[in-house]
Amino acid sequence: MTPADVDAKIRTLVEPFNKKGITIEDSTTFASDLEFDSLTVMDFVAEIEDEFDVIISMNQQAEIENWGQLVAAVHKLQDS
Amino acid sequence: MTDTIAPVQPVDLLAKFDPIIQTREQLLAAGVEDPFNLVMEQVLSPTRAICNGRDTILLGTYNYMGMTFDDDVIAAGKQAMEDFGAGTTGSRVLNGTFRDHRDVEAALREFYGMDHAMVFSTGYQANLGIISTLAGKGDYIILDIDSHASIYDGCAMGKAEVVPFKHNDIEALEKRLKRIPEGAGKLVVLEGVYSMMGDVAPLKEMVRIAKENGAMVLVDEAHSMGFIGEHGRGVAEEQGVLDQVDFIIGTFSKSVGTVGGFCVSNHPKFEVMRLVCRPYVFTAALPPSVMASSATSIRKLMHGGNKRAHLWENSRTLHKGLRDLGFKLGTETPQSAIIAVIMPDLERGAMMWEALLKEGLYVNLARPPATPAGMTLLRCSLCAEHSAEQVQTILGMFERAGKAIGII
Repeated sequence: MTPADVDAKIRTLVEPFNKKGITIEDSTTFASDLEFDSLTVMDFVAEIEDEFDVIISMNQQAEIENWGQLVAAVHKLQDS
Repeated sequence: MTDTIAPVQPVDLLAKFDPIIQTREQLLAAGVEDPFNLVMEQVLSPTRAICNGRDTILLGTYNYMGMTFDDDVIAAGKQAMEDFGAGTTGSRVLNGTFRDHRDVEAALREFYGMDHAMVFSTGYQANLGIISTLAGKGDYIILDIDSHASIYDGCAMGKAEVVPFKHNDIEALEKRLKRIPEGAGKLVVLEGVYSMMGDVAPLKEMVRIAKENGAMVLVDEAHSMGFIGEHGRGVAEEQGVLDQVDFIIGTFSKSVGTVGGFCVSNHPKFEVMRLVCRPYVFTAALPPSVMASSATSIRKLMHGGNKRAHLWENSRTLHKGLRDLGFKLGTETPQSAIIAVIMPDLERGAMMWEALLKEGLYVNLARPPATPAGMTLLRCSLCAEHSAEQVQTILGMFERAGKAIGII
């Protein structure tokens, strides 16, 4: 899957969590822009993990602040 | 000559806590008694104290079996203090292992029927020490998202990869276990009773799945020791999987009625932990009086069948009574000695907490981030020493306070 494919797939997954319909760019942050709380993060991460059959550990999550970083991380994980 | 070095204004490292200071000030400005600054001026029994000047029923102390005032427990502590002094002034691995430290570990081995027992200064340190020492860099810890802070802190200290799964979700656990790279060390961390909602874990299925996937299993039985399971060994005993759990973590500050933490295990190499576990090595051992009281209490808990039965009766009565009054509770059925009453928000939760305190009832006000899903809870923990009459009194207090605040 190319980074663009990964991006498109995660975009459909984030929809139910993007309650305010924020326009998402690579620099969009989960904590400030999308206002994700820890519970939302858990549910969203679980969706991604199931979709791509990967694990995103909490250690990795701590390094991911914005959309671009998430797409890059998932792209890397599903290749390995 | 004047000193020409300009003073550098330091970045205030406490500034990041401003939002918390603000929330607290708002709460107190509304006239609410400070929920996190309660003082017990006198403790009259395991179920009664003078709190902030009022005679108060205690319903939030985790003193499940009421051992804090047991005559034998107190006598053992007094004697040990006379004979061995007030404190150890040393680490367990140097000068801090006295007769009673050995004896309390023997009592734990008897209680659980296990080969090894290791006592820590608190339950927090038991989790911190055991988890961080077992799972290091490159290993994986798979844990329930609602795990206690001490479990998370142990994970962080050990630098393992931390993989949380949805609370009590068997399928979510299995999926994550199967995705972990082959050959990696895996530790599944579960709790018997989750202290916020008072619900019980499906240990039977989860332990089986963990074993099928080559993981070691650690279960924290802090809130179940002493009264769940035939011998009070906890949820793992109740569900018939105690022999498959690699490490049981527990505490003395709940059913045992003192302070301290422990890990019991049948692992043949377990004793090496005493040499490599930093929160065990680099801290002072508990006072001999605490050890003697704890050993006496643990051995008495082995024969606490009647008290266990009464505690369950109390839990069922309070759960049903609160439900009938119209309160929203954390569990459909009473699963433990913890009953969580769900509040609509922090403000009304604090008001309800205060109204109960003025009625003469102490419960725990629990709020985010300690609680799941951002909930505010009034957490009630029952004691085997609560009389049936006291439980009825408690229900009356909840009814009056709930109506006054407009929650029911």
